[in-house]
Amino acid sequence: MIGVYTNTTPVDAYRGAGRPEASYLIERMMETAARQLKVDPAELRKKNFITAFPYQTPVIMAYDIGDFHASIDAAMKAIDYAGFPARKAKAKASGKLRGIGVSCYIEACGIAPSKAVGSLGAGVGLWESAEIRVNPVGTIEVLTGSHSHGQGHETTFCQIIAERLGVPISQVSIVHGDTDKVQFGMGTYGSRSLAVGGTAIVKAMEKVEAKAKKIAAHALEASESDIVIENGEFKVTGTDKSIALPMVALAAYTAHNLPDGMEPGLKETAFYDPTNFTFPAGAYICELEVDPGTGKTSFVNFVAADDFGRLINPMIVEGQVHGGLAQGIGQALLEGAVYDDTGQLVTASFMDYTMPRADDLPSFQLSHTTTLCPGNPLGVKGCGEAGAIGASAAVINAITDAIGNNKLEMPATPDRVWHAIHG
Amino acid sequence: MSTVKLTVNGKAVSVDVEDRTLLVHLLRENLNLTGTHVGCDTSQCGACVVHVDGRAVKSCTMLAGQAAGSNVTTIEGLAKGDELHPMQAAFRDNHGLQCGYCTPGMIMSAVDIVHRHGGKLDEETVRHELEGNICRCTGYHNIVKAVLDAAGRMKVAQAAE
Ligand code: FES
Ligand code: FES
Repeated sequence: MIGVYTNTTPVDAYRGAGRPEASYLIERMMETAARQLKVDPAELRKKNFITAFPYQTPVIMAYDIGDFHASIDAAMKAIDYAGFPARKAKAKASGKLRGIGVSCYIEACGIAPSKAVGSLGAGVGLWESAEIRVNPVGTIEVLTGSHSHGQGHETTFCQIIAERLGVPISQVSIVHGDTDKVQFGMGTYGSRSLAVGGTAIVKAMEKVEAKAKKIAAHALEASESDIVIENGEFKVTGTDKSIALPMVALAAYTAHNLPDGMEPGLKETAFYDPTNFTFPAGAYICELEVDPGTGKTSFVNFVAADDFGRLINPMIVEGQVHGGLAQGIGQALLEGAVYDDTGQLVTASFMDYTMPRADDLPSFQLSHTTTLCPGNPLGVKGCGEAGAIGASAAVINAITDAIGNNKLEMPATPDRVWHAIHG
Repeated sequence: MSTVKLTVNGKAVSVDVEDRTLLVHLLRENLNLTGTHVGCDTSQCGACVVHVDGRAVKSCTMLAGQAAGSNVTTIEGLAKGDELHPMQAAFRDNHGLQCGYCTPGMIMSAVDIVHRHGGKLDEETVRHELEGNICRCTGYHNIVKAVLDAAGRMKVAQAAE
């Protein structure tokens, strides 16, 4: 191995890390193949979709589930794919080059089964853990090593617990980001937080609920198997006997009347090591116009149809997709590290490095199709990086479609696009 | 060193600062109003936007001395006690923030945008006007939605006053 020092800017894993690159190459190839075969690009993809699951890929991944036809059909419908030729002709009449670009992605998230990553050379295990404390007054604290810096774990994780117990979300709080307080976690990345960290919470909750049911059954003089949890109460099925969660919690801590041999308290920990990766997938279609006089691209519409499995909080999921799309579009059109002939970085500030701004982007049209992930009890797949993975190819496929020249580098700046049109 | 007297969020303050001190540093370091953020220090990102005499200003681009005698409002001064400003409420309801880094500047800019356009806003105008504020998380979709929503709420609030 040879190590060298350079004066180029440091690089690191970026949203999607590896999947945007792979997806971009595959989807540019699909588009190129369709054009050379004179087949509709969406049709060519449909012909090649995997439809039987589980599907063992030649590399380590075994796709567990998916419905890729559902995603592309939803995207084609949303953008009125069939109506595109008419819109293109109309745009042409007003001197604009209109193009449409499809991109279908699949990614591996929920990283990862520790054994699998160990076999690939990873030096760590990729589990997550959770601790759940039910306080004597019935409020619930969740300690998680899965940190949030804007992804909304404080909301989504609390929702999981509030839904299971039927208590108001305000009774649940999340403690994270402080290793003085919580077990260290393996990190928020790879769209893994809900699939792995969220499942650890479910596992800890199962233990809490099992113990709480024993306490409730003892207090109600009923059989443990008859206890159900509804609206924050432990009920004996088929009777009107019940005990509320705070009373169960109080009983756990006063320890005056617990089943023989039971430890006081209501606090449980679980570690969760996933059994498989998860495989979010989707179809993105971008419609845009290029001004042949300036090479400038303007968006007409951008639709995204994703399958992330079960959505716990659709609003947060959509926010993640919006941000991912913006990053993918940024790569496609605007962002790049530029050096001059002497090796000087000339994109060293926001003055020169083009971060997408509000007027560079369209509003997005999102939809979801659902196949529940069989690998975890929540049925979730992960949504944090999808936008950044699928967007770039859709944009470049659309521009190359518009200008009729398949050779175009990212970022497709007006200068590059103009030269691709005029040679 | 000079003594700069100004009003911040309705309170008269007098601060001794070095002459080269930027307004954003006076706010953050001398007054501990860390809601105003610094994202670039070069007038590009808009994380530092505050209102100076009612106008949105990038506080990293103004010397503290230039603000002497002015009325400055920061994100901390926007809510009325526990009641969020309609723009803050709209950002919250529309999920217009994720990490929150850009948010104080976005909100201060957005309030100024609504004031200048008198509630007559469309998506294109909002996007154009927000050009001086960078967000890496939201893709702007929900920010634009929040600003349009708030424009409606602010009109209603004004009519009620
Ligand atoms: S910190 Fe003032 S514009 Fe970025
Ligand atoms: S919410 Fe993170 S930068 Fe805007």
